[in-house]
Amino acid sequence: MNARRPLSRRTILAAAAALGLASAVPAAADDGPIKIGLVAALSGQSAKSGEAITRGIVLALDKINGAGGVLGRPLELVSRDDESNPGKGLVAARELVQRQEVVALLGGLDTPVSLAIVPFANDAKVPFIGPWAAGTPITKNGAEENYVFRVSAVDEIVDEAITEYLVTKYGAKKPGMILINNPWGESNEKGLLKALEARGMEHAGIEKFESNDVDVTPQLTRLKENGADGLFMVANVAPSAQVVKSLDKMGWDVPIASHWGPAGGRFTELAGPSGEKVHFIQTFLFTDPSHPLFVDLQAKFPEIETLADVTPATGIANAYDATLLLAAAIELAGSTDGPAIREAMYRIKGVEGVIKTYDTPFTPDNQDALGPNDYVLSQFVDGQIIPLKD
Amino acid sequence: MTLLTTALVTGLGLGAMYGLIALGFQITYSVCSRVNFAQGSMVMLGAVLGYVLTQRAGLSVIVAYPLALAGCGVMGLIVEYLLIRPFAVRGSEAWLMATVAGGILLDNAVLFTFGNEPRSLPSPLVGSTWQIFGTGVYPQQLLIPVVAVGLAVALQILFRRTRQGRALLAVMQNPEAARLMGINTTAMIAGAFALSAMLAGVAGLLIAPLFSVHSDMGTLFGIKAFAVAILGGMTSASGVMLAGFLYGLVEALVTTYLGSSYTYIVVFALLIAVLAVRPNGLFGTAALRKV
Repeated sequence: MNARRPLSRRTILAAAAALGLASAVPAAADDGPIKIGLVAALSGQSAKSGEAITRGIVLALDKINGAGGVLGRPLELVSRDDESNPGKGLVAARELVQRQEVVALLGGLDTPVSLAIVPFANDAKVPFIGPWAAGTPITKNGAEENYVFRVSAVDEIVDEAITEYLVTKYGAKKPGMILINNPWGESNEKGLLKALEARGMEHAGIEKFESNDVDVTPQLTRLKENGADGLFMVANVAPSAQVVKSLDKMGWDVPIASHWGPAGGRFTELAGPSGEKVHFIQTFLFTDPSHPLFVDLQAKFPEIETLADVTPATGIANAYDATLLLAAAIELAGSTDGPAIREAMYRIKGVEGVIKTYDTPFTPDNQDALGPNDYVLSQFVDGQIIPLKD
Repeated sequence: MTLLTTALVTGLGLGAMYGLIALGFQITYSVCSRVNFAQGSMVMLGAVLGYVLTQRAGLSVIVAYPLALAGCGVMGLIVEYLLIRPFAVRGSEAWLMATVAGGILLDNAVLFTFGNEPRSLPSPLVGSTWQIFGTGVYPQQLLIPVVAVGLAVALQILFRRTRQGRALLAVMQNPEAARLMGINTTAMIAGAFALSAMLAGVAGLLIAPLFSVHSDMGTLFGIKAFAVAILGGMTSASGVMLAGFLYGLVEALVTTYLGSSYTYIVVFALLIAVLAVRPNGLFGTAALRKV
């Protein structure tokens, strides 16, 4: 009974496992790609935003890696879907940092998800850069060593800007608020109240609605009966469209100053022609199909045919610039160590982004790269976002 | 005055939608004491199929909408065959979770095939508004209660007057006896799920022009409609329709007079209070339990 033992299933499995381990080893070496992580909504109602952010990052990586990468190593993107769920976002951020060993994180559209990741990023000393979510406390989080940066609009500043707009352009004295019922709406409720208080103005009411509400007429009728002479609107594209449809039905023609929600999709298709009356904030607009970034986008993503296919350009541009700034910081730091990158963020100079050229975009007192001067008030015309003529 | 008329018009329009979707719960519950918790996804399916067939395939509404409803009917059959029957025959209650999962699956399948952008389904009935007692109304809004009540009445007639309808009633009253009388109970139950999904599809097609078409548009409707079905008592079609109107009116009145922050708190607190006093719903009758 000394016949040669055939290869048992266990042996094959063991060999396979050993091979798998062996092939996994070189990836951890220092000359491999530098990984950066993205936690954003890649499915669900906000999936379009995750797509825009991904496109911005991918274009920036192409540019950076085409020029030899960072510290002589290519940058690589590892993405995780947060499904717009704060719990899932936090788990994904942990996994990216601890398992995938990403050197920095980029965030998505949802303020609640970003807020969940902020304490983790500060604890783990991993730079977290937001290209979209505008909630004020994301960057103003009170941490002693703040690892959270942003290349996007900030609610507080947006609220100040749209209040100024309603007051100077339309002479509004008693505007009303129609806000989506979530932390983003709340963040803006605070910002708008602050902006009104600074001017000694009163408001005609604060009304909330749900993202799947069909008819917002009752809320709007309340604001109208209270004498609202202008409206602040804060909601994503589909719910914003429901507000406009309800206004249309009521036959109430009132000036609307909005956060950037309507830019997130085909707003005028959803809201009808009255959607053009909504004026909203953007940080970046494509006004010309020959813009170099748009040409690159079309080359990389052939499904993009017209400017109307890249709403919102804001997400692409913010993510593009955020990635360039991160790469610049890693290069300056000369290492992929979190604290070194954070410290280098404050020393960035002369980085050419698509929104502007960044000279000292971040200071320990202000970790937001964009300010009120970078905002553009805009509107939809023929399905395209264009700057307001003034 | 404007506040009141606005609340009434909005409430009746929304209430009719809830009632119509809830009717689907009522039908299958009456026939086999089970419901399709993916009813909200059936609403979405009707709207998405309507959009794809008219806007992308370029079919006219007369061809496209019946096709969309047929699609919903087929999906109802699939739900019954794959998500209800395998558990029902074993006496398991897992169909409950299975239909919830089925709905999530369908929503995500639509997300990947239809796209992640909300789209708009045009209708000539939202082009202009009519003025009623100082408040504006889209004709489409008025169409919903008309269709909903019309369908509820038509279903009653169908049940009482046609052979299939009476067979269905027989299955409702006593499935065992009905089977012994030569009625194909299995087919009747499958048919009830198809009919239920088609009603949701009708609701989807009617709501879409007032709303937007996207993969999770039906979720909230499904939940509210289930609340309505429970409130109406699950056993009578007219009760469920009435409960739909009542729910819609209370929702709109609370939003109008107390403010939107209170809508869900008040509406669902009222719902619980009503069920505490009348466990079988407002218009339901207690089922006889024979031991």
